[in-house]
Amino acid sequence: MNRQTYIQLQNITKSFGTVVANSKIDLSVHKGEIHALLGENGSGKSTLMNVLSGIYTPDSGSIIIDGREVCFKSPADSIAMGIGMVHQHFKLVEVLSAKENIIIGQKGNFFINQKRLSEQIGKLARKLGLDIDPDKKVYNMSVGEKQTVEILKVLYRGAEILILDEPTAVLTPQETQKLFDIMRKMREMGCAVIIITHKLNEVMEISDRITVLRKGEAVATLDKSATNINELTELMVGRPVDLSIKRLENQKKETILKVSNLTLVDDDNVKVLQNVSFDLSKGEILGVAGVAGSGQKELCEAIAGLYEVYSGDIRYEGESLVGKTPREIIKKGVSMSFIPEDRLGMGLVASMDIVDNLLLKDYQNHKGFLIDRKPLKEKAEQLVKRLDIKTPGVNHPVKQLSGGNIQKVLLGRELDSNPHLLITAYPVRGLDIGASYTIYDLLNEQKAKDVAILYIGEDLDVLMELCDRIMVLCNGEITGIVDAAKVTKEELGLMMAGVCLEKIKGGSSYA
Amino acid sequence: MLRISKRTDLTKKQYIQLRLAAVIMALFTSGIFILIMGQNPAAIYFAMLQGAFGSFYGLRETIIMTIPLVITSLGISTAFKMKFWNIGAEGQIYMGAFAASYFALNHHDMPKPFLLLVMAAASIAGGGLWALIPGFFKARFGTNETLFTLMMNYIAIKWITYLQYGPWKDPNAKGFPIIAAFKETAILPGFMGIHIGLIIALALVALMHIFMYHTKKGYEISVIGESENTARYAGMNVKKIIVAAILLSGGLCGLAGMIQASGVHGTLSVDVSGGIGYTAIITTWLGQLSPALIMLVSFLFAALVQGGSYIQTVFQIPQAAASILQGMILFFVLGSEFFIQYKINFKKEGI
Repeated sequence: MNRQTYIQLQNITKSFGTVVANSKIDLSVHKGEIHALLGENGSGKSTLMNVLSGIYTPDSGSIIIDGREVCFKSPADSIAMGIGMVHQHFKLVEVLSAKENIIIGQKGNFFINQKRLSEQIGKLARKLGLDIDPDKKVYNMSVGEKQTVEILKVLYRGAEILILDEPTAVLTPQETQKLFDIMRKMREMGCAVIIITHKLNEVMEISDRITVLRKGEAVATLDKSATNINELTELMVGRPVDLSIKRLENQKKETILKVSNLTLVDDDNVKVLQNVSFDLSKGEILGVAGVAGSGQKELCEAIAGLYEVYSGDIRYEGESLVGKTPREIIKKGVSMSFIPEDRLGMGLVASMDIVDNLLLKDYQNHKGFLIDRKPLKEKAEQLVKRLDIKTPGVNHPVKQLSGGNIQKVLLGRELDSNPHLLITAYPVRGLDIGASYTIYDLLNEQKAKDVAILYIGEDLDVLMELCDRIMVLCNGEITGIVDAAKVTKEELGLMMAGVCLEKIKGGSSYA
Repeated sequence: MLRISKRTDLTKKQYIQLRLAAVIMALFTSGIFILIMGQNPAAIYFAMLQGAFGSFYGLRETIIMTIPLVITSLGISTAFKMKFWNIGAEGQIYMGAFAASYFALNHHDMPKPFLLLVMAAASIAGGGLWALIPGFFKARFGTNETLFTLMMNYIAIKWITYLQYGPWKDPNAKGFPIIAAFKETAILPGFMGIHIGLIIALALVALMHIFMYHTKKGYEISVIGESENTARYAGMNVKKIIVAAILLSGGLCGLAGMIQASGVHGTLSVDVSGGIGYTAIITTWLGQLSPALIMLVSFLFAALVQGGSYIQTVFQIPQAAASILQGMILFFVLGSEFFIQYKINFKKEGI
């Protein structure tokens, strides 16, 4: 392997207001290496890479590329130096084709030689073993294909340093493997690949060296061969963490929720959920797996009365919820906490403080016209203490809290309402390891109280450990409901990609 | 290098400093303009203060001008809180005044307190319904309320013009296109030349403060303004709340119209509002949708206008020049909004 240092970041410090996101970070990346940047949310990974890609200017420190000190004033300068970043959220124009997206923003001739362009892109794709149709429109693409376009886009611009920000979050296990193949090819070509992630198994699988960040500081840089998952966790969190989730055995079999043949359509009359049937018992955690956008959100909203049911039925304790208002459903003891990608879209009011956000589910129980905030203030203070929410005070707007703390406020409020059925979607999205395990414990606590839980999750490992059963959704259809203790990750991945459970079990090659 | 970023950490002290700096810069810049006109800036500023507060007459005029501004701003703030950009206060004022005038002109034989109450109720209904039309279309078809409410203003103004020149023209006015003056029973009572609208305005400020910050409905309106999805999620009946809030918004503006017609002009005319509905948008915004601040800002704004008209007569400067002074002061105060929202970082080249 080529041991030449390609990128060197020295003493990078970057702060936002009073928050120091990066503090004196040193990082060196070699040619022909896959370097993982590991750290919990808010540890400064993205900030550091945004510095390297010219989006942020560091307060102090220097960037040395290929032996030359550089100063980026804009992303264009960084692209010129051969640095390309693939962001967590794709930045593609949906209505354009792959090749149009690839050349977008490029200086070039006024006229575009379509044929030559297709050839060029085809050649580049073949070199990396990528399978892509340059003329396919982005809106017709799967998530994996979109990511391929993003990667091609930066490579077409001549990037030799590729930064991938949490690239596997939206992929199925199979798509992840494909991505890893691409990364390995790039390593062979002598490129430097930096992957930002907080998934430890991926780090162990793909990277050559690992730099761990914690609270804005680079804690250590290690060779993969010389470390293990436990050591990495400890470095990341700052203390040893027990990584096992206990599964409580569920004795009761009393059904509380029964969904039958549920079909939902969106504004364009496209079916987003098709013939979905399942049931959920008291004291059971039913996991829902699926690639993002497979109908999970709509399913949650339909149960909570926020999404109009097209056909089918939802029965809660024997009574149909179809046509009931959200208010009536809340009163029956159904609670939903949906953590959207931006965390604030639903469930919390960003500009309001913790007290007023607790009020959201509580105010209708107050008598008369007026609102009494006093008991809620006490409740808020208890919540802050119990869940260790970091805030300057309960009267501080929640949008100024960090993501993890915002989530604690939301989940804390929902659990506080003593629900019988808890719908929780992505409750640990963006949380650090310690906080995630607190949340799993909280869910298990609810389970022990005979609360039925519908758990929409991203991390298959967690789903398999925490849940009793897992239901897999693909394009709005159920591809299988399986016993979480018996299923394998590969089987789940295939189901997420649309292969039905019967097929997997039937074809001996998979079983 | 210049970089602009959003502020999150503004203290009260910095806030006041920024606002003060804006006023000082406005006075300085306007001073240059006054010097060019050949006048002494200090004298002009002093005269403006004197015009607004220096005499009983001046103070009274300032207060009378403050009253409709406060009430209209309170109305607008209800809609703005919900992110319903009601630019139609002007039209709602006219329609409120129109509804009140109908009773004033046709039923003036009712007992005075009763008639005034009927007029107030009619004006609230008139303004409220006028605001509800764009509200309905927004809720039903997603039309743009900013344009819609603005267009409704022109319809309202032309409707009053039509009444004034047509069916409601006073036959005893020797051909002048005016509507007959209200009878005594339809005129708001007053004290030392200030009509009772002052009490109404003060009461409304207190009521709206309680409504916005301490009632369920007020809370619901704030939540909807932040995110309709969140409101739905919390089990609110979003459409119903929106309709109620728009009715309240237009209703308050309509009430301001009745107060102007009955307390100030003594009749309905196309001059009943004279732009209050637009000015109130500025005072609402500067008052940050907070009833107490709105009251303060409205008073200062009225003083600015009153002072401006005073210097016209005393220094014999044209009305346009006085308007320029008002405009400049507004420009700086509104401009300081940018520095309150964002901060500018200067950075040396090369690190």
